[in-house]
Amino acid sequence: MGKASTDRFTGYFYVTPALLVLVIGFFVPVGIMAFASLSPIKPGEWGMFDNYARFLGQPALLGALWNSLFIAGIVALASVAVGFPLAAAIVFGVPERHQRLVLTLLILPFWTSYVVRSYAWLLVLAPNGVVNQALMSVGLITEPLRLNFSVAATAIGFVHFFSMLATIIIYSGLRQIDKRLLLAAGDLGAGSVRAFVRIVLPLSAPSIAVAAFLALVMCIGDYITPQILGGNTAPVLPQAIMNQLNRSNDVPMAATLAFVLTTVVLFVVTVCVPVYRARVKS
Amino acid sequence: MKARKFLTGALALGGIAVACATVHGQEINVLAWCDHTDPALLDPFTEQTGIRVNVRDYEGTGAGLALLDQSRPGDWDVWVLDSPAIPEVVALGKLAPLDPADFPLSDIPASVRNEGVHMVDGTWYGIPEKYGYHGFAFDKERVDEADLQSIEDILDPRFEKRVAVYDYYRPIMGMIAASLGIYPGDFDEEDLEKVREYLMNLKPNVSVVADIVTSQTALATGDADVLFGGGEYAIATIIPERPSLDWTIPTAGSVRYEQSIGIIADSEKKDEANQFLQYVLSPEGQARLATSSCFWGLPANTKADLTDEQKAILRWDRQEEYLAKTTSYIAPTGDLAAKAEAVWAEFMQ
Repeated sequence: MGKASTDRFTGYFYVTPALLVLVIGFFVPVGIMAFASLSPIKPGEWGMFDNYARFLGQPALLGALWNSLFIAGIVALASVAVGFPLAAAIVFGVPERHQRLVLTLLILPFWTSYVVRSYAWLLVLAPNGVVNQALMSVGLITEPLRLNFSVAATAIGFVHFFSMLATIIIYSGLRQIDKRLLLAAGDLGAGSVRAFVRIVLPLSAPSIAVAAFLALVMCIGDYITPQILGGNTAPVLPQAIMNQLNRSNDVPMAATLAFVLTTVVLFVVTVCVPVYRARVKS
Repeated sequence: MKARKFLTGALALGGIAVACATVHGQEINVLAWCDHTDPALLDPFTEQTGIRVNVRDYEGTGAGLALLDQSRPGDWDVWVLDSPAIPEVVALGKLAPLDPADFPLSDIPASVRNEGVHMVDGTWYGIPEKYGYHGFAFDKERVDEADLQSIEDILDPRFEKRVAVYDYYRPIMGMIAASLGIYPGDFDEEDLEKVREYLMNLKPNVSVVADIVTSQTALATGDADVLFGGGEYAIATIIPERPSLDWTIPTAGSVRYEQSIGIIADSEKKDEANQFLQYVLSPEGQARLATSSCFWGLPANTKADLTDEQKAILRWDRQEEYLAKTTSYIAPTGDLAAKAEAVWAEFMQ
């Protein structure tokens, strides 16, 4: 056996376990889900694509899909908007020897349960909660604002978590930037704003893209935060899937909705990955 | 030497296997609502009998059926479920027959005992264990009970964004139907349209459609003044912290939830399961179940060992009146169920 064949064999040997996990843990379940979505709830009751026709024919389910996409988009943008300045402040403002400590302190609150944090937001945003009390005490409002059980409350709950994730990812990207480039830009007459726009932002774009992508993909499939903070005022697709399972015991319809959600995420990946690769190359 | 080592190892393994089998034989698996997870309910039973109770909390009959379908025969022993769902699950072969002589049926009020639901072809399949009401839970500091006499009252514009709605279409639609004078067994598509009309009129006043915990939080934090579909189950556990909370049912009547307990048809521990049923339906078991930390409700057994304070919160002295004014909620099946769920999804959007 030549060296090339040996190397190829070694490569396949190392990759095979991961491939097996991917096939068994992802492709097989997705295949089963796709098959279930084509099945009738009772034998002979529906045709093959009737579950999808039912999905397209129910405004409430289409609305749930739109809510998922809308909230995920807002959360991705807001998480990056919060995470980027925080990451930049740590990279460029905190001495290197203290940066890990600062990151650890940043992550510390997230060692608590995700469910508990969502319920905590219910109390913070309540009419008698700290936000309303603060606004009323400084005279900005005379009556409590209705913050809970809304798309805004859901988005706040999500951004609280995903901005931490975005900060860590963007921090990793910003750390890769050679600070001598900024010194050189300064020597050539660029002010801090121009150096930031022409050097820092383009070089950190891949990490920003990854942060936004992860926030969007993880948010779109989340059930807990919309269930607790959203109050079913704008149900999202994961809630619709749970309703099909818990209330209707309609597994084929739940599989249909889950497959739609998976397809949407795969579409986002298909669009985002080539853009990311092109950006990295340039 | 080698033989001795082998024998020692074999004996050790055998001992472990016997111990596991023994431990496995002294436990039962229960599919139930969250009120059955309270250690105050389960621990005394385990101490008395040595049988450990593993409870799996679930929501909705659909979810329960899905769990059973995904399980192997013998995985589950006891099922606590909505009483109106019993005929449906018996038809699916999920429940085992029960011997009525094992249970204090004569201590259960006739309307709760409801042989029409719990018996199929002359055989008992479930025993009622707890019930409660769907009416209005409210904050006395913000709303007067006199302003909550009918479901029409909460359509008033002064309740804009002040009404929380319990997220389960069957009791809510049942409440609306009861107020319209529709008997749950007669509920049809024409009635569903009337219910839909009411729900769309109610929408502007709704602040949240949520489960028990979130609804309780909404009342406690002031995000809602009234919980439509609420009752003692929604507020009794938080009354010590929020004494301003109270509950009532509409004058025209309402619906009640009823939960029953039965033995899973393919359980391999029916004797142990029966012991658990007998404990839950005993006066001490009933008192513990009625005041469970997850949610309170009325014990089916009128001889439950409740304190006077607990009876006051549960409006024990008004049970005869409330039972006369309430019925089970609707339990549509097939097409009607799908249409009811579509109406509910439209209401929530």
